[in-house]
Amino acid sequence: MKNLLKVTAVATLTALASLTVSGAVNSQKAPAAVKAENLPVIHQTLVAPPALPPQITRKTPARVVVELTIEEVEREIAQGSTYTFWTFGGTVPGKMIRVREGDTVELHIKNLASSKLPHNIDLHSVTGPGGGAPQTLLAPGQEGVFSFKALDPGLYVYHCATAPVGMHVANGMYGMIMVEPKEGMSKVDREYYVMQGDFYTTSGYRAGGLQPFDMQKAIDEKPTYVVFNGADRALTGKNALKANAGEKVRIFFGVGGPNLTSSFHVIGAIFDKVYFEGGSRYQEHVQTTLVPAGGSAIVEFVPKVPGNLTLVDHSLTRAFNKGAVGLLAVTGPDRPDIYSKGIIKASSAAATLPAHGEEGGNAEPPPHDKAPSHNIGQAVFEKNCVACHQANGQGVPGVFPPVANSDFMQKNPEEAARIVLGGRAGEITVNGIKYNSVMPPQDLSDNEVAEVLNYINVKYNNGKPVLTPEQVKKLRATK
Amino acid sequence: MRHPLYLLGGLLLALISLPGHGADYLPVPGGRFRSALPVDDKPVTVAPFLLRSQPVTNAEFQAFVSRQPQWQRGKVPSLLAGGSYLSHWADPVRPGDIAPNIPVTHVSWFAASAFCESEGARLPRWHEWELAAAADAQRADARQDPAWRARILRWYERPATGSLPPVGRDANLWGITDLHGAIYEWVEDFNGLFVTVDSRSQGEQKTLETCGAAALSLDDRENYAILMRIAMLSALAGRDTLSTLGFRCARDVPATPPAAAPIKRETS
Repeated sequence: MKNLLKVTAVATLTALASLTVSGAVNSQKAPAAVKAENLPVIHQTLVAPPALPPQITRKTPARVVVELTIEEVEREIAQGSTYTFWTFGGTVPGKMIRVREGDTVELHIKNLASSKLPHNIDLHSVTGPGGGAPQTLLAPGQEGVFSFKALDPGLYVYHCATAPVGMHVANGMYGMIMVEPKEGMSKVDREYYVMQGDFYTTSGYRAGGLQPFDMQKAIDEKPTYVVFNGADRALTGKNALKANAGEKVRIFFGVGGPNLTSSFHVIGAIFDKVYFEGGSRYQEHVQTTLVPAGGSAIVEFVPKVPGNLTLVDHSLTRAFNKGAVGLLAVTGPDRPDIYSKGIIKASSAAATLPAHGEEGGNAEPPPHDKAPSHNIGQAVFEKNCVACHQANGQGVPGVFPPVANSDFMQKNPEEAARIVLGGRAGEITVNGIKYNSVMPPQDLSDNEVAEVLNYINVKYNNGKPVLTPEQVKKLRATK
Repeated sequence: MRHPLYLLGGLLLALISLPGHGADYLPVPGGRFRSALPVDDKPVTVAPFLLRSQPVTNAEFQAFVSRQPQWQRGKVPSLLAGGSYLSHWADPVRPGDIAPNIPVTHVSWFAASAFCESEGARLPRWHEWELAAAADAQRADARQDPAWRARILRWYERPATGSLPPVGRDANLWGITDLHGAIYEWVEDFNGLFVTVDSRSQGEQKTLETCGAAALSLDDRENYAILMRIAMLSALAGRDTLSTLGFRCARDVPATPPAAAPIKRETS
């Protein structure tokens, strides 16, 4: 049954053309004989991640027909930087397929004529050599059909397995198929589909322009990007995942790789359940779960207080320097019994430059609402800037440019604001010294940006306040 | 290279045996060659051969289908050429807006073979093609040069949407042009690349389509560009045609008396 199509195709070609065919899928339509089983036929509509098909309510097996188109597309890997992705369904990760244990899956795959490469699909949910890869090797412009029975429940990765397979996967050719157990899955309020992948480019993180694949970096396993759902910031801003406090959230999380495993963690949440390795059993009360390349996990939790929860690979330089960050925006009423506002104050009133790590003193009364203006700037500076630009704004020679006594800050306050808003990568000259590093965009309000730059200008550059929140607002609109 | 005699004999022959018209067949010395598709895990030995310096162009293929109308679009049986055979041409005998001096594509293996036969030639075999394509302008085997490999790889990363460049670019050490960065090329044995004569090993050798098996059976795994070419050929049947798939032809070197004196080959 499983190899019927291939056998037919091979037999046809061999008989007629005296050729041996090595795994090629005939571009002709599937023979009618595949309809041997008498199952109800269901056509599944696939949707773009982080969405996925709805939970299955069916109690009996079906023949699930899925159409997947292989597309090579150039699109943003980071703001201002593009990459040529090879995709299942036009998205990274590929669109999720959702079936029930015991279903027969009939996969119709098409490789667009505009593709440069042949592609195929290996689904980890398939029992049999190659997971479907030999049956689905498609040159550009070809289409093929492959069917298999979903014998085992679980969350499975699928990927392209055409040589050089590492490059096909590195270009985004992976996705997942959920095979729900016969008894179904528990009801939840929100479901999301997230996959982590590592990308290798000749130019650096957020370097701008079309960033070509770098084979040597891939072989050396030194990625430029480690991202969720195929792009830097794919799950932040208006694309952040959303939930209301008290709702049950389920994330189908997988790692496409090709190389890195993920220490998947959600900052500010504890997983009530982790179906580790995408299997049938779960662990409870988990902070971080390890997900292998070509593997998965299903995590479930209930956010209880409002605010942003942050999805990260807890191998942290990937999160903070390569893009492995996503957000789950939670709305709902404050719950001070669970999560208080907290209080931080300087331990000495005279201290001008309090260091981090001082005790907060939770029993203290709340601070006054109206702090003097420069204190906002100072607070923003200490929270966001000192890690790199240092406590007195002196920077680190050759690594992070100074913001104190800085010709750049004095001459280009607007440009400084642009950098704070949009980040900057590449060469910059400050006080006659060249720096070549990366500053990520800062998530600050217009007022905070104006305050912090004015604070820097007054305190460290003997200057005057130079920016208003309105000016920053304009800069933000034009950046 | 290791076999100056091959080079020499081949060159003489090429000059002697060429038919009058356009196509230029240049000698490529053979020798022991480390292929990405080794036979029984050993380097292969390639006999010296003559290779068409440029891919077959639309103009040349147009002349061919007017001489042999049975290969015109609409006349050729679909068994020998799939539905998109020459589909980019304006009509069955003319390319129309398609430039005459760019490689002809949308041609099946059968049509390509027939064309070569009409020139008294054949399609090159994979190992011949691979050996010729291993050279850059200065070196017979440039495959260990990461910069060269990276440059070739660029072509595979771009989707096949733009138009093709005219033939005659990037002549290599042997004077062969357009081996990289323009088209995929049919080879005579595209379909038998993964089958060895030893039937016991077929189970392993044939399953190039799966990643694990590919990792086992492929050599030169860092040469991604060549691997992608092999993957493409393994995805094709003889009647298939693609917008990026063309061909060039090759000839055997007939037996010849040893040459008397060394001749230096000019390289550009």
